[in-house]
Amino acid sequence: MIELIIPTVGQGLLWAVLALGVYLTFRILDVADLTVEGSFPLGAAVAASLLNAGVSIPVSLLIAVIAGMLSGVVTGVLHTKMKIPALLAGILTMIALYSVNLRVMGKANISMLGIDTVFKYTRDLTGLNVADSSFVVGLVFTVVVGVATYHFLGTEIGACLRATGCNQQMIRAQGVNTDTMLIIGLAVSNGLVGLSGALIAQANGFADVGMGTGTIVIGLASVIIGEVLFGNRSVKNSMISVVLGSITYRIVIAVVLALGMPPNDLKLFTSVLVAIALALPLIQSKMKSRKVVQ
Amino acid sequence: MLEIKNIHKTFFPGTINEKHALRGLNLHLYPGDFTTVIGGNGAGKSTMLNAIAGVWPVDEGEIIIDGENITKYPEHKRAIHIGRVFQDPMLGTAAGMQIEENLALASRRGEKPGWAWSCGEKQRKIFREMLKELGLGLEDRMTTRVGLLSGGQRQALTLLMATMKKPKLLLLDEHTAALDPKTAAKVLELTQQIVTRDQLTTLMITHNMRDALAFGNRLIMLHNGQVIIDVKGEEKKGLTVRDLLEMFEKAAGADAVSDRMLLG
Repeated sequence: MIELIIPTVGQGLLWAVLALGVYLTFRILDVADLTVEGSFPLGAAVAASLLNAGVSIPVSLLIAVIAGMLSGVVTGVLHTKMKIPALLAGILTMIALYSVNLRVMGKANISMLGIDTVFKYTRDLTGLNVADSSFVVGLVFTVVVGVATYHFLGTEIGACLRATGCNQQMIRAQGVNTDTMLIIGLAVSNGLVGLSGALIAQANGFADVGMGTGTIVIGLASVIIGEVLFGNRSVKNSMISVVLGSITYRIVIAVVLALGMPPNDLKLFTSVLVAIALALPLIQSKMKSRKVVQ
Repeated sequence: MLEIKNIHKTFFPGTINEKHALRGLNLHLYPGDFTTVIGGNGAGKSTMLNAIAGVWPVDEGEIIIDGENITKYPEHKRAIHIGRVFQDPMLGTAAGMQIEENLALASRRGEKPGWAWSCGEKQRKIFREMLKELGLGLEDRMTTRVGLLSGGQRQALTLLMATMKKPKLLLLDEHTAALDPKTAAKVLELTQQIVTRDQLTTLMITHNMRDALAFGNRLIMLHNGQVIIDVKGEEKKGLTVRDLLEMFEKAAGADAVSDRMLLG
């Protein structure tokens, strides 16, 4: 069991980048953005294709981020300029990206075996084994992304973004274009998701057109588990909670798998977990009012 | 300072719910005018303020602030000239953000947000002084989330936010209606203080005729989407509620009786 901890935490850290992206839309902007299911494999597809074509690791990752951001912009424009409900706008982009991802890769699945990935690079550089190197890569990326995102949210633009998620009427009265803010927020969020997709694909050794399925639920699980267990008093607290939530989620998965749950049931398990976590506040208040009645 | 020329607005045109809310509304405010606005339900008071603020485009007419025609500007672009306080205390502030973060946003009203840190030590000092003047003890709770404040505290904060960067026009949409009488009186007093100190051109809607007479140097009454009474200066000072009702009956004519009850 103990030898599972480092790789599990490493996985959690790699997925934490996705969770931070989902946190940006779900909590900061107050939008449930399904674009994630398309921008995650998009980041993977872009990075895998570029790395296979011999492009350097940083450039590949950067372009994966930009591709993710563009998909966020598409959802943002559909939502704000065409007045399509956010949920539907995200679904439209997600479905469209399925075709885009197939075009990017040229086929449904690209292998990265024997190619220089960020993990192989780290192993060669430090001499670490597979598990430790993915832990290190996850840690570095999560810290860099987390600190950068936190600072972004503290800037004038970031403050307007948070206010847009809080109260659009108020921030418009302060002279801020809420449409622009929603588009920026969706772009940054999906940029992070794209980066996460690129990292996970390299960790797995392949990019697959179907790897996006269920990513939004994984992201939501991390956000909600994190906030329930580790608090959401401030933006800083929430962001740390989300990262810890992502790690906790991976540990829970590793434990239930070790206990003998068939891997095919994972997505069912995750959905039930998220549904319960989302219903928790309601259940708690019902219990409380019951006590008052008694 | 503010010029409204022949504004028309119809809601739900062509449907059974069609409502011609503003019918050729004209109004000219001079710099420093503190104008109270009264009128029955559906007279077009809030509609007029929303038209000025740009919540939706008007069908006809022009809105000019300080010589600048803003009729075609979207809401967020007008905000550089206009400070607003709403009837609902929830609407004027971002509940999930801290007091100082809300103030920082308001201190840049109408400016393009940049990459600088939103709320620094220097601003905090200024905010603290401003909050002290409110006399509500908020200066010691600057990192409290606004959602934890009472309605009166939120309205006072919203008022501060609307005026901390001096607007050319201040719009108050029954901003004390949701408060208990004591708090309402306090917020009104604060309004008077700020408007007088900064000589702000102000439009204040109120349901209370006594307040409408007690505050400001000018009073207008709306009826069916038009200004039907407009009294200023000395003439306003001598008015009583009874005078107002008489003027209203004379100006509004036949349907005045039912509306009179609403106004009382």
